[in-house]
Amino acid sequence: MPDSLVIALIPLLPLTGFVLLGLFGKKIFRNNSGIVGTLLLLVATVLAIYIAYGYFFGYGKTNGVYQKLIPVHYSWLRFSENLSIDMGIILDPISVMMIFVVTFVSLMVHIYSLAYMKGEERYSTYFSFLSLFTFSMLGLVLSSNIFQIYIFWELVGVSSFLLIGYYYDRPSAVAAAKKAFIVTRFADLGFLIGILILSFYSNTLDFGLLIQRLTSPDSSQWRTATEASFLGISALTWGAALVFIGGAGKSAMFPLHIWLPDAMEGPTPVSALIHAATMVVAGVYLVARLFPVFAIGSPQAMHLVAYVGTVSAFLAAMIACTQTDIKRVLAFSTMSQIGYMMLSLGVSGFGTFDGSGYTASMFHLFTHAMFKALLFLCAGVIIHYVHSNEMNQMGGLRRKLPVTHISFLIACLAISGIPPLSGFFSKEEILFAAWRHNAVIYWMALITSGITAFYMFRLYFSIFWNKENSHQKEGGAQHAVEGGALMVLPLILLAIGSVCSGFIPFGNLVSFDGTPVESKPHISFSILPVGLGLLGILIAGWFYKKQNDRSDKIASSFSRIYQAVYHKFYIDELYLFITKKILFNLVGRPAAWFDKNIVDGLVNLTGNTTTMISEKIKGIQSGKLQQYAMYFLIGAAGLALFFIYYRR
Amino acid sequence: MEPGLYQVLFISTTLFFIGVYGFFTRRNLVTILMSVELILNSVNLNFIAFNKYLWPHRLDGVFFTVFIIAIAAAEAAVAIAIIINLYRSHQSIDVEKTEELKY
Amino acid sequence: MSGSTIIFYLLAALVLVSGWLAVTTRQIFRAAIYLLFSLVGIAGLYFWLQYEFIAAVQIVVYVGGIVVLIIFSIFLTQQSGQKLPSQKRGRIIFSILAVGLGLTLTMLQLFQYTFVKSTESPVSANVTSIGRQMLGVNDNGYALPFEVVSMLLLAAMIGCIVIAMKSPENEQK
Repeated sequence: MPDSLVIALIPLLPLTGFVLLGLFGKKIFRNNSGIVGTLLLLVATVLAIYIAYGYFFGYGKTNGVYQKLIPVHYSWLRFSENLSIDMGIILDPISVMMIFVVTFVSLMVHIYSLAYMKGEERYSTYFSFLSLFTFSMLGLVLSSNIFQIYIFWELVGVSSFLLIGYYYDRPSAVAAAKKAFIVTRFADLGFLIGILILSFYSNTLDFGLLIQRLTSPDSSQWRTATEASFLGISALTWGAALVFIGGAGKSAMFPLHIWLPDAMEGPTPVSALIHAATMVVAGVYLVARLFPVFAIGSPQAMHLVAYVGTVSAFLAAMIACTQTDIKRVLAFSTMSQIGYMMLSLGVSGFGTFDGSGYTASMFHLFTHAMFKALLFLCAGVIIHYVHSNEMNQMGGLRRKLPVTHISFLIACLAISGIPPLSGFFSKEEILFAAWRHNAVIYWMALITSGITAFYMFRLYFSIFWNKENSHQKEGGAQHAVEGGALMVLPLILLAIGSVCSGFIPFGNLVSFDGTPVESKPHISFSILPVGLGLLGILIAGWFYKKQNDRSDKIASSFSRIYQAVYHKFYIDELYLFITKKILFNLVGRPAAWFDKNIVDGLVNLTGNTTTMISEKIKGIQSGKLQQYAMYFLIGAAGLALFFIYYRR
Repeated sequence: MEPGLYQVLFISTTLFFIGVYGFFTRRNLVTILMSVELILNSVNLNFIAFNKYLWPHRLDGVFFTVFIIAIAAAEAAVAIAIIINLYRSHQSIDVEKTEELKY
Repeated sequence: MSGSTIIFYLLAALVLVSGWLAVTTRQIFRAAIYLLFSLVGIAGLYFWLQYEFIAAVQIVVYVGGIVVLIIFSIFLTQQSGQKLPSQKRGRIIFSILAVGLGLTLTMLQLFQYTFVKSTESPVSANVTSIGRQMLGVNDNGYALPFEVVSMLLLAAMIGCIVIAMKSPENEQK
């Protein structure tokens, strides 16, 4: 058992960073804020690596099975014997993996931001928000009970809001922050109701107890949860499905994905950290945490997970083919890859249960964090250089930005699933798990991987090959070599990660019950996906490597479909229509009218009546001496009459 | 008819209500003060009458009367002082003009 | 009809008629004089009731003190030759109604009530006995109210001086 202080320090160090930089950043640290934040995070990363090493290769294993350890447990609010909100830290394969991912990517983003955000007026605020986010995410992955994870869930949402709206003088950034927060908050309503249902039926909030009680068919809680039903669906399924809705909101799954493209209004390192590698995988993490409840307790909820993941993956890939803003392409790419992770978790609900999708999903989470963060950081360098986000302003940059070019190429090859890069290994496992359980999902995932290769290399060729843009000639001379060493170092480290992480034997380390899982597919299985990937690359090269108008001709011949996909299938417009025309007009306006006229009217009526009465009554205090004497006499006479004739 | 308690009480009651009428009707502060003196005197008459006809063995009514006369004198003096002060600031002692202590 | 009855009714008439004229006349000086007559009439009634001491006190304090004070104040505050303005019609009628109501009520109560006379032997109200009891400290003694009233008179005197005093700024103007 490791020292609980060491483990508690991992989230507490970024929290200290937030407090210090938040309170003293502007006045005391000023331009050193970044270094303070980065140093604290460096220590946290080293501690995380230490804990990960100790867990995976030391005390974590008992009899060859990885245990769930709880080194820190503190009973916080005790309402009754069964209901007690505790705070605790859990160490199990996925949480240890996640603390490594979160601290490492956050450290890369911190180092990158030291150079990228230099000269910003609110420099210290930026780093304090980054530390807040890191603390919240670490708290989320280390939570040992479902209420604690909800607390940190909301904290992560707040940090995201603060960071997306960092450039608050831009109305588009403010609107994007609001949209992100409102959509995820709306999803969190489902999450909360799901928490209430699950904890009600299992009489506990602790993950371990909850899972144990709701997944063993001979426990009494299982019986009550599966027998109680609402609209023909068992309560357990409702709970799991609602919890998934919360996760879907945070992970930008269809149809709650509308906030993710707009969230690109934040600074690029923020997009790398939050909207690519860590926060958006919180939903996947949640489903993984409650995996037995989904897989054993309620396979129908698992089907929902799988279908939503597949649809999101496919839809996002389609939309990414038409976008022209580099960050939007990467955002939809993220949505697509998370769809893969969700569907990998979800396929365990079809056919016989064997938990293979779990390992594949976590593996893909790990490798995706590496190459997606790398893609965003490279995009940051490019945007910094070209001063624009639009792809048609870029072109022929491979000579101007060599390190970025190589890193971007490595990341694109990884995401397309080309061996021997990491993406190949993780995608293979996902496709293999899908093939074993559900054919439809397998074919959809396969086609989507081909489209993934296409749009990623469309992006690559448009930026680094194609025709050189005339605007760059003036801008290029002013910048130092690709932003300096601080911006390049994280790129190199993440590129190494993207290359090497495929060789980690994930099946031995991470699985849903701790026992090692063996799932290496046969070499012949990989021919189809790799072939589709290469085909996608070739088609993208044919369209975009050199300046031509083949892509425009295709777009105009399918113009209706193209327009629909370009406008993201009009889902945003649909939401706006529902909220404006239906909710506002039919619910909002009558409610507002009622509030203003009737509720306020009543209160005003009371006030006005009192004023009117007092205006009439104040005439009694007229200041006239003789009137007062008259009142005396009348009062005395009245009292006398009363006492004489009625009380006799 | 032989005058007895009831007749004296009749006089005192009538004098009282004459004083009250004067208090309500007059516009000048000094005349209001005069009406108040009438009221006080009627009360004095009342006390003496009761003392004589109902409790001849005691002198309490006499003492009440003496004290009332003393206090009425003090009160009249203070009232005159106030009237003089009021005259200085308002240049008139019309009671309709002393309406400042109102809402 | 004995002489004392006639005197009683004459005095009564003096009191009431003077009182009525005092509250309704429109010349202020005349009102003061009518008040004086009314107070003298009341003193006469005290004499008739055989309470000489009170009658003397009444004349000395009320007639000789308060009426004089009122006359001084009339001189100080206005021209005594002018006529007083009269009150609004509505006010007069309302007052008459109120007063009439009060009078009727009180008379009704009075004349329905039978007063119980005491049967003990009367005590004469001469100065000696009044003086003894006024300053007596036993159960029936009125020493304490006597002292309190003297304090009150002192306070009233000081208060009058303070209220009616001219403030120094007014003198300098």
